[in-house]
Amino acid sequence: MGKLLEVKNLRVSYHTYAGEVQSVRGVSFELDRGESIAIVGESGCGKTVTSKSIMGLIQTPPGEIKEGSQILFDGRDILKFSKKEWQQYRGAEVSMIFQDPMTSLNPTMKIGNQIAESLIIHRGMNKKQAFEEAVRMLELVNIPNARSRANQYPHQFSGGMRQRAMIAIALACNPKILIADEPTTALDVTIQAQIIELMKDLQKKLGTAIILITHDLGVVADIAQKVIVMYAGQIVERGNADELFYSPRHPYTWSLLKAVPRLDSEKKEDLVSIQGTPPDLIAPPKGCPFASRCKYCMQICKEQAPPVTKISDTHEASCWLHHPLAPRVDEIAVETGGGL
Amino acid sequence: MEARVLNRDMPNHIEKGEVLVEVNNLKKYFHIGKGAILKAVDDVSFIIRKGETLGMVGESGCGKTTCGRTVIGMYGATDGEVLFKGQNVHRMNAKQRKDFTKQAQIIFQDPYASLNPRMTVGDIIAEGIDIHGMYSGKERMNRVYELLGMVGLNKEHASRFPHEFSGGQRQRIGIARALAIEPEFIVCDEPISALDVSIQAQIVNLLIKFQRELGLTYLFIAHDLSMVKHISDRVAVMYLGCMVELAESHELYRNPLHPYTRALLSAIPIPDPEVERTRKRIMLEGEVPSPINPAPGCRFRARCPYAKPVCAEQTPPLKEIDKEHFVACHLY
Ligand SMILES: Nc1ncnc2c1ncn2[C@@H]1O[C@H](COP(=O)(O)OP(=O)(O)OP(=O)(O)O)[C@@H](O)[C@H]1O
Ligand SMILES: Nc1ncnc2c1ncn2[C@@H]1O[C@H](COP(=O)(O)OP(=O)(O)OP(=O)(O)O)[C@@H](O)[C@H]1O
Ligand code: SF4
Ligand code: SF4
Ligand SMILES: [Mg+2]
Ligand SMILES: [Mg+2]
Repeated sequence: MGKLLEVKNLRVSYHTYAGEVQSVRGVSFELDRGESIAIVGESGCGKTVTSKSIMGLIQTPPGEIKEGSQILFDGRDILKFSKKEWQQYRGAEVSMIFQDPMTSLNPTMKIGNQIAESLIIHRGMNKKQAFEEAVRMLELVNIPNARSRANQYPHQFSGGMRQRAMIAIALACNPKILIADEPTTALDVTIQAQIIELMKDLQKKLGTAIILITHDLGVVADIAQKVIVMYAGQIVERGNADELFYSPRHPYTWSLLKAVPRLDSEKKEDLVSIQGTPPDLIAPPKGCPFASRCKYCMQICKEQAPPVTKISDTHEASCWLHHPLAPRVDEIAVETGGGL
Repeated sequence: MEARVLNRDMPNHIEKGEVLVEVNNLKKYFHIGKGAILKAVDDVSFIIRKGETLGMVGESGCGKTTCGRTVIGMYGATDGEVLFKGQNVHRMNAKQRKDFTKQAQIIFQDPYASLNPRMTVGDIIAEGIDIHGMYSGKERMNRVYELLGMVGLNKEHASRFPHEFSGGQRQRIGIARALAIEPEFIVCDEPISALDVSIQAQIVNLLIKFQRELGLTYLFIAHDLSMVKHISDRVAVMYLGCMVELAESHELYRNPLHPYTRALLSAIPIPDPEVERTRKRIMLEGEVPSPINPAPGCRFRARCPYAKPVCAEQTPPLKEIDKEHFVACHLY
């Protein structure tokens, strides 16, 4: 059996008044059945655009999936799907928990009906069955008083409750792939823990594959087998969770791990943030995208994009520091990375 | 009126620094049809001193956003009062209100819904500057660029529209807008939840820097407990519309007293796969209660492992157990 999902050299741009924003610049990865991958990376680096592409939700125009990009689901190229195939695929095969619940929920429709809608379409339930199932789903994501809450509108929910309503919609049809874009950002830790248990459970029972986008490295550590680190529209490092947390090999990953505040830290000391801003994606730099902010930046970094270096079967990083002529990085990695 | 207990204690806190915001027995109820009342904020009292950060944490739906929005006067109060520099924010005339919006701002939890889709980002950020006639022309644009840089965005972003931004970029537009008019007090409602850790750090550092330099005061609402601890002087824990614990932040994390606070602290995810695979959290048992027509007594009792008969009868008042450490629980 082939891979469940293969993303090959995905490139996505948006045409805006100011110019062409190159949101995703050559992203490739694979997902097996029942596997979970986490995508982490700086705000604006292309995580949501990548997942929207997999869902077939890039609006064209202004968006454009560039020539040569491929997304294969079960071996079939989704970019060539007919309308009917899309309908089947979206919701029943792949579903997505959106980052911005308020903009993806319908403000004029009761929450319960929004969940029921896809059950009617995809699971052939009648209206009454679907509503009952919707109430059950709301209970599953820990909405108290689910039955009366099902009759409320999105604006009557708190931020975290909206997020959970989104999760209920996404889970309703037992998808093969669940894309969760920052699914727990608005949730406090106790509910976050429950949602993550729920996702893990789903994975165990139904073999659902999960693409988890998050900036919460604690959540990543909990759930993901593989981790992809993105920066400025590209993948800069990938590996399994242990490799990424204990022996990261990219300067951006190092700073990401260092920026987490520790509970035992001294009060109000400055957190380690990365100086400067990520490059504007209208005119991305020709060399390493991280060069302007990297404290190990060398001359070559500004001129030429770094090649991918294989560190193990599962671990890869794109950085000139791994070139045989570059200064040794092992020390740096130990000093800044694994010690967390 | 048990919460009055807190008010009586207040004078000795005031000595420690000028009080900027005083919230007394604040209630905010929503009528949600069929005679049902949803008590989103139910009799909450606290103060925020000038130059202080009060963190506010608690389960999703416990009333943090509602509390923040009522404090800033966006929502009317069902009962109780909010005083800003001694003035009731819900009883202001138009002139006073305009003055107040110059001094107090809010960063919204839902960034997209709060940004006008038809305005450029530059105009959104400069809106307050324009209303209060602070800068114009070139100075105005420079101020906008400066603010964009502060929150980690580029100059080039000023001419784009909100829908062209990622989730975290939108959140930062909201932050730049709130900072634009140099307010004294900001209600930060989950200001960093959509940001990756590095930018979170940048924003939090920025907020702390402003506080040090300009004496800004924050009500910082968040569910990320480690970040809240990092930025806050004191932390308030909310549960289902009520404040259940309030203490200096180190004290709260070192010595949590309320059973809910303890469960909350035990659930913080740790960025270490080894630890995550092996640790056990205190999972809260029992049904999550609802703020719709809540029963009397302690609101946590259905899930509390220590509940006693009295917990079903009386709402525990917020009492000072230790110096500056308040808790609402019959165990103490
Ligand atoms: N509709 C659009 N028009 C123009 N540019 C866009 C549009 N949508 C996204 N972009 C740009 O594409 C880039 C990638 O955006 P994306 O939403 O994928 O980021 P992200 O990694 O999900 O970030 P975050 O963590 O902040 O959500 C950003 O720089 C953003 O400004
Ligand atoms: N406009 C409204 N109409 C009816 N009910 C509302 C309204 N706004 C909020 N509520 C209810 O008030 C309660 C508190 O909501 P609030 O948004 O203050 O919670 P929160 O603590 O900010 O939660 P979160 O962490 O999920 O953002 C919830 O039960 C919510 O459903
Ligand atoms: S390639 Fe150079 S600039 Fe880029 S991350 Fe590596 S050392 Fe830094
Ligand atoms: S008052 Fe009773 S039920 Fe409430 S937290 Fe304390 S012990 Fe538990
Ligand atoms: Mg995103
Ligand atoms: Mg809220």
